[in-house]
Amino acid sequence: MLTIAQEIFDAIVAHAKRDHPDEACGVVAGPEGSDRPERFVPMVNAAGSPTFYEFDSTELLHLYKDMDARDEEPVVIYHSHTATEAYPSRTDIGLASEPNAHYVLVSTRAHGNSEGPVEFRSYRITDGVVTEEKVTIVPLTNPQQTEEASTP
Amino acid sequence: MAIEVRIPTILRTYTDGAKAVEGAGGTLSALIDDLEGNHPGLKDRLVEDKSGSIDLRRFVNVYINDEDVRFIGGLEAELSDGDQVVVLPAVAGGC
Repeated sequence: MLTIAQEIFDAIVAHAKRDHPDEACGVVAGPEGSDRPERFVPMVNAAGSPTFYEFDSTELLHLYKDMDARDEEPVVIYHSHTATEAYPSRTDIGLASEPNAHYVLVSTRAHGNSEGPVEFRSYRITDGVVTEEKVTIVPLTNPQQTEEASTP
Repeated sequence: MAIEVRIPTILRTYTDGAKAVEGAGGTLSALIDDLEGNHPGLKDRLVEDKSGSIDLRRFVNVYINDEDVRFIGGLEAELSDGDQVVVLPAVAGGC
């Protein structure tokens, strides 16, 4: 099960809507081994594409060095699908390389950049096997940790 | 005589769980061959045969002292003692 604060959930959805029709992507880092997604880190989709996403290689290195220095890991890795359902594609499955992460998929196909609900689903992807899991949204416990999340 | 190589979570099955290992070599290619000696199977996760020649896998990023090796010669990028090498799988996908 993925347990995620309302503010972070909202920040992921807002990012996906903002970048539509291109795919949006990012991570939510958290203390290593805690399974708590706490620090929202939106990333630039270097592919700039409606059908593909890839973190820029230099930003990827900075992200991992930063997480390393903070004893964090990517608890959530999210991206959006802009014309298809919020389910991992064959490419998503083939390239998934964080067996401990929750892979969050958001689909903006229904409302695009506009207001309205989105599909928000979470999966484990391990050795090519996809397992969907429940998403539980909880009120924020420590507002300081998601300061970035409130920045438009 | 050592180059530190940071190993990502998904490849730590080849390093007995170690986050970093040491290797040697004057180029990235030589370093990868050296690592393969102590960590069999690792090489195949880093490089692939592309129409007869060996190249880095498309979705594996390797950095030497924070520089993406694709910009400094790829597998032929030069290494010196004390350099730090980081391996990171791309975070990528598509619908």
